[in-house]
Amino acid sequence: MPFIPHTEDDIRSMLDAIGVDAIDDLFDEIDDSLRDVSLDSIPTRASEQAVSRLMGERSAADAGGLCFIGAGAYEHHIPAAVWELTTRGEFYSAYTPYQPEASQGTLQVVYEYQTMMTGLTGMDVANASLYDGASALAEAVLMAVRANRKSKASRILMPASVHPFYRQVAHNICANQGITFEAIDFDSRQGTVDVDALDRWAGEDVTALVIPQPNFFGALEDVDALTDWAHTNGALAIGVVNPLSLAVLKEPGRWGAGEGADIVVGEGQPLGAPLASGGPYFGILCCRKKHVRQMPGRVVGRTQDIDGRDGYVLTLQPREQHIRRSKATSNICTNQGLLVTAATIHMSLLGAQGVENVAATSIANTRRLVNKLTAIDGVERVFDAPCFHETALRLPGDASAVLEALADRGVFGGLALADFYPGLENTVLVCATETKTEADLDVYADALQAVLVEQAQAA
Amino acid sequence: MSEIPKDLSYTKTHEWIDYDGDGTCTVGITDYAQSSLGDLVFVELPETGTKVGAGDALAVVESVKAASDIYAPLDGEIAEINEQLEDSPELVNEDPFGEGWLFKINVSDPDAVENLLDADTYEGIVEDEED
Repeated sequence: MPFIPHTEDDIRSMLDAIGVDAIDDLFDEIDDSLRDVSLDSIPTRASEQAVSRLMGERSAADAGGLCFIGAGAYEHHIPAAVWELTTRGEFYSAYTPYQPEASQGTLQVVYEYQTMMTGLTGMDVANASLYDGASALAEAVLMAVRANRKSKASRILMPASVHPFYRQVAHNICANQGITFEAIDFDSRQGTVDVDALDRWAGEDVTALVIPQPNFFGALEDVDALTDWAHTNGALAIGVVNPLSLAVLKEPGRWGAGEGADIVVGEGQPLGAPLASGGPYFGILCCRKKHVRQMPGRVVGRTQDIDGRDGYVLTLQPREQHIRRSKATSNICTNQGLLVTAATIHMSLLGAQGVENVAATSIANTRRLVNKLTAIDGVERVFDAPCFHETALRLPGDASAVLEALADRGVFGGLALADFYPGLENTVLVCATETKTEADLDVYADALQAVLVEQAQAA
Repeated sequence: MSEIPKDLSYTKTHEWIDYDGDGTCTVGITDYAQSSLGDLVFVELPETGTKVGAGDALAVVESVKAASDIYAPLDGEIAEINEQLEDSPELVNEDPFGEGWLFKINVSDPDAVENLLDADTYEGIVEDEED
């Protein structure tokens, strides 16, 4: 359905038809004092030219280097066709598909997306997406509290190996709703959670255990043991995953000895969303069928119209605000339609084998990078656990200073971890995806060697 | 005109109550309620053993267009819930006073049953709402 703005004449004739003089008259129920608010603290508008220039300058700051930073957002190659198709007007400016008769294209794409997500995660149902991985985790926590009726404590066990931003967002969204987060430490040698560390909570009322895979350090957690612990203790298991990694790792639907994870969330950015200085990305949320009525977000279903033809609609809508109001499963009533469209096209173009190739190549490149870097004196891996496509390295010098010097040489070397984990001083989280060639890895290794020598001499 | 059996008690919020004379009430929603809601797709019931106070929202019935709270008519404890409704919520539409019962309460004060509405009073409420 195309969008055509009204002309002054259109507006005039509509007002005449309903017998109203001016549009403002339609708002006369709103008190004058509320209507005349001036927005003093907001700067005056800027022209398109000025804004384009400003944005260009800002994005230039994030460009111009070989990117070896992961930490939740990953540079992957996106085939040209993905955004060529995604930016077609029919997808790009489509509105929320509340009217199925006018939105079959949009609804079908989302249905396909949901199907792909359940396939990747091994879960029964997926929603149409949320804002991002971090808020998806917060929604999963709220969902677990609603769904786990046997638990009264609203207590969530949150490993410190979960992405620091995700933990912060979950806290911001959930802490005022009577939900307590208990931190679970990770083993300092392995970089993963030892299931024995959960013993303190055995037999206590635990509502859910969050299980990252891979975790923030790229390390692989013992998901089977953790899932089983959760279920044995009457807690729901919430998986937090990188969807790309699911091409090579066991899917959360099969974690543990029983039914697998109960709720799975993740960040969809690796599937067709450019880094774009931080967003927009999209949140993935999947669950077991028995919890579907507690799941937030839109869900597209397939059904038949009165002529018996297949069609798609938004379904299970009584979960949502326009029906349940304050008792809805979430205050969020939208999804990241454009990003989901791109992800669906991206996955379709790559195919299952292509997605697996990307994952495998990323793992191999990171391994090669780590070998080259640890060959440098004083650079060593911090954690022993096997990892996906990123890992933490300790440097013989101040990590932030090293990263700055590397950036001057056109290498974005990674993320310094000291700010997030006291105890991980001089540590950098590095990641090499399939976008890096052997030559790129050598550029990093040579640059790091040179920088470390410089810094040692300057000391 | 909706069905309103004479031998049951009622609430303003369209629940019916059948007291067995021995401390237990069976509760459901009336024919008028099920017809207003439309086809039910889901019924969310409390756990047995839950203690409830009169007026507490303790269940939800969900149709394609609305989700409605169900209120405890009396103080007591949930003795039993109608498990059939998990797979067949439509029983509430088809047989609201029979197979579509929602839950049973062991009432803490059997005398309070007297204070519920009788069929005639409830009929008046329904007539007013229908106008």
